[in-house]
Amino acid sequence: MFNKSVNITLNGDPLDVPGPVSVTALLESLAIDVRRVAVEHNLVILKRATFDQTLVREGDTLEIVNFVGGG
Amino acid sequence: MAADHLVIAGKEFQSRLIIGTGKYPSNAVMAKAHEASGADMVTVAVRRVNLSDRTKESLLDYIDTSKMFLLPNTAGCYSTDEAVRTAQLGREAGLSNWVKLEVIGDEKTLFPDNEQLVEATRILVRDGFVVLPYTTDDPIVCRKLEDAGAAAVMPLGAPIGSGLGIQNPNNIRIIREFSRVPVIVDAGVGTASDAAFAMELGADAVLMNTAIAGAQDPVAMAEAMKHAVRAGRLAYKAGRIPRKMYATASSPVEGLVGR
Repeated sequence: MFNKSVNITLNGDPLDVPGPVSVTALLESLAIDVRRVAVEHNLVILKRATFDQTLVREGDTLEIVNFVGGG
Repeated sequence: MAADHLVIAGKEFQSRLIIGTGKYPSNAVMAKAHEASGADMVTVAVRRVNLSDRTKESLLDYIDTSKMFLLPNTAGCYSTDEAVRTAQLGREAGLSNWVKLEVIGDEKTLFPDNEQLVEATRILVRDGFVVLPYTTDDPIVCRKLEDAGAAAVMPLGAPIGSGLGIQNPNNIRIIREFSRVPVIVDAGVGTASDAAFAMELGADAVLMNTAIAGAQDPVAMAEAMKHAVRAGRLAYKAGRIPRKMYATASSPVEGLVGR
C-alpha cells in the first residue's frame, strides 16, 4: 500500500502525517484518548460523532484540546 | 436543619464550595484536597493537548466525574471571540454545556473586561450554554449579566490569586440584594475566614483555587474551607446581631452580691 503524506498545522506547529486520514485515525496515531479531547478542524469545532468521517487533508489546520488544571 | 443546597440552573449541588484544579503540588494531593473539601463541582481549563510528552498523566485520571461536576473555564481569553471558541471546545471535550466564563481585560490584575463579558454571555446563552461569568464586584454589571441570561454571577472578592480577601463587602451585599440568580464569590480568598465572611455577606457559594492549592498543606486547607463555607452560610441564615457602639451586659444587672 502506498500511503501519501500530508502537511498539516497541528496546535500551531507544522506536522507531516500519512494521509488523507480520518480524525479518529490521526488521534489514534498520536496516542490521544478520543473521549477526552475536543477537535477544531479548519476553525470548525467537530462533534465527536463526526471524528470517523472527517478527513484531514493537505494544508488543514487542527486544534486538539483537553482539560488541564485551572481555577 | 432542612436541606440547604446550592441550585444553579435547576441543578442541585451538595456543597457551596467550588474549587479549582490548578497549581497543586501534584495530582495526588489535588485529589485528596478535593475529597477533604466536600466540593462537588471543580473548575478545569481548556488547553492544547501536550503532543511532545504523551506520557504525562491526564488530569481526569484524578477526578471522579461521577461525583464531581466539571466546570470548564475560559481562563486566559482576552476577547469575546476567544472566550466563545474556548467555551465551545470545552463543551465538546466535556460532559455538559456549562462554562465559567472569563474574558480578561488586563494581564497584571486579571480583571475582567466587562463589556466583552456581557457580549460573550449573550452569545453563549443563545448557543444553549449555562453561563457563569466571572465579573468585577459591580452590581450594575452583575445586573447586565443576569439580563443577558447568566445562570449565576461570580463577582471577585479580590484579584485572582491575590489572597487579599473580600475587598468590597458592601458591593457583595448589594449584588446579593439585586440578584435573582446565585451569587458566587470567585477569586481573592486567602484563608478560611475570608470564605466565611463571603458567605456571611450572603454569597450563595464561594469559588477558589489558589487559597487551597497554594497553602502549605492543601488538604488541611481544603477541610478548613469546607467548614468555613458551612459556618458562614449558617451564620448568614441565622441572622447576626446588630452592631452597637457600647457594651450590653450578658449577665443580669440585678441581684449582685453586696449591693
